[in-house]
Amino acid sequence: MKTLKTAPPTAWFGMIVVALTMLTAIFAPLIAPHAETEIVGMQFLPWSAEHPLGTDNLGRDMLSRMIYGARNTVGLALLTTAMAFAAGSMLGMFAALRGGWVDQVLSRIIDVIMAVPPLILALMMLAIVGPSIPNMVAVIAFIYVAPVYRLARAAAMNVVRLDFIEAARLRGEGTFWLMRREVLPNISSTLIAEFGLRFCFVFLFIAALSFLGIGIQPPTADWGSMVKDNATLITFGDITPLIPAGAIALLTVAINFIVDWMLHRASGLKT
Amino acid sequence: MSNVSKLILQRLILGVLTLFAVSALIFVGIELQPGDLAQQILGQSATPETLAAWRAELGLDLPAHLRYLDWLSGVAQGDLGNSLASRRPVADLLMSRLSNTMFLAAYAAIIAVPVAVALGLLAAMWRNSPFDRGVNVGALSAISMPEFFVAYVLILVFSIRLGWFPTLARIDEATSLGDAVYRCFLPALTLMLVVVAHMMRMTRAAIINVLASPYIEMARLKGVPRWRVILRHALPNAAAPIINVVALNLAYLIVGVVVVEAVFSYPGMGQLLVDAVSSRDLPVVQAVGLFFAATYVTLNVLADILSIMSNPRLRRG
Repeated sequence: MKTLKTAPPTAWFGMIVVALTMLTAIFAPLIAPHAETEIVGMQFLPWSAEHPLGTDNLGRDMLSRMIYGARNTVGLALLTTAMAFAAGSMLGMFAALRGGWVDQVLSRIIDVIMAVPPLILALMMLAIVGPSIPNMVAVIAFIYVAPVYRLARAAAMNVVRLDFIEAARLRGEGTFWLMRREVLPNISSTLIAEFGLRFCFVFLFIAALSFLGIGIQPPTADWGSMVKDNATLITFGDITPLIPAGAIALLTVAINFIVDWMLHRASGLKT
Repeated sequence: MSNVSKLILQRLILGVLTLFAVSALIFVGIELQPGDLAQQILGQSATPETLAAWRAELGLDLPAHLRYLDWLSGVAQGDLGNSLASRRPVADLLMSRLSNTMFLAAYAAIIAVPVAVALGLLAAMWRNSPFDRGVNVGALSAISMPEFFVAYVLILVFSIRLGWFPTLARIDEATSLGDAVYRCFLPALTLMLVVVAHMMRMTRAAIINVLASPYIEMARLKGVPRWRVILRHALPNAAAPIINVVALNLAYLIVGVVVVEAVFSYPGMGQLLVDAVSSRDLPVVQAVGLFFAATYVTLNVLADILSIMSNPRLRRG
């Protein structure tokens, strides 16, 4: 509570935006006036009292789809980031503890993955496995294992040299016990700060893929594909397609503000 | 061999090895998919005879390592196979697209690099002033916004409200250079906004880093005007990190075109890749993916080499 009071206005803004998005995502069915895929009227209806943001290219209520989109887009980004972190930090700690050829092989594979631009790699992999939501989550999680691995390995490397690891090894503890009980608690703060940052990347990534039509597939509501589906409205000077795009931008900026503040605090620059 | 050429040679070899590894990764990825190409093209109802004939035609009946070598030697000779969707050679599809993408990326870079360096210099010069803070907040927000948001806002303002530029950047061989520059202004501006932020922040940081050195203080004490301190004393010494970040951002630019091309329906490599992924036209995906990966790896190696070369401490040794 005390630390919250010292938060700068930007961090407060970030926390409020994130909290509102979370509430919207959790209570989507209660808030949304219509169902996610329900066709409620003509296509591209203008803003009105009945449909506050009008209707989309198939005549579905924009506002309801925005609300469900919060749930789908943010939820999938969270799931993907969590998967990447679970796998990446496990592998990174494992490589740091084992060293030798295990470390070499894993690190070189990761180097190759990181040598390819993520968006291109994702597009190629999705072309192979076919675009669908589970495939997209798996592909993005796979790609983001690489940076998490590097970070976890680097952080764990500093820990495995310490005496208490040596002591635990002499006691005869196994690698997995060491990972869970000795290394993880010592690198978790680094990983948590990174989680916020990576979540932003993953979130933008999913939005970009969906915008390109290869991410979240219809009829599931999501912010990225909502921009694409309604983009023609822009040419008539209607700003409706900018609302989902703006929501994506707003949430990323908000998370960046929070992460900035957390990093600032962690680095000891508390003024 | 001198220190520098040894380091550069190391980077080059590493780059080539990475390219091989990436090409193998792309190839293996396509190998791993369930079923084979013939089955996918002809569908479930195809007879075994037609399937076998197709496999022979596509060379799918050979073992995997032979097909990899075959594919690689084909790539080296400019033979990228045939598109599954249009049955035309992939190389033909790439040619015009390639120059379009290069044009757009170069266009954006020509605007972005001077703007970023100038903004970075000014921000470093007036550090902690309202100008510096404003530029910083702007840069942070620009980094965290999706490209398509920036693109649509620009379209709304510049082509719908003001009517200065076209909403779509459609060009072909008949388009003159002047026309192409005009029609591609909005896509180039979008790309520019996305990369300027990062370059500008790095320039500012590099200059501020140098400004702390004793010779800058000396110059100040001599009474050298502030702009001269920055341009003559600080900038040459901050060149290495700036060059490095510029090369890295050019790599990002080439890749960042994918989304921007989709927004403006610009006939470039990115659009081709997206279309090929949607229709699962794997030879095209393979070729375009390899192109993007190769460009990215090359520019990254180039960034490394430039920063080695511009480091006087290494040059002397």
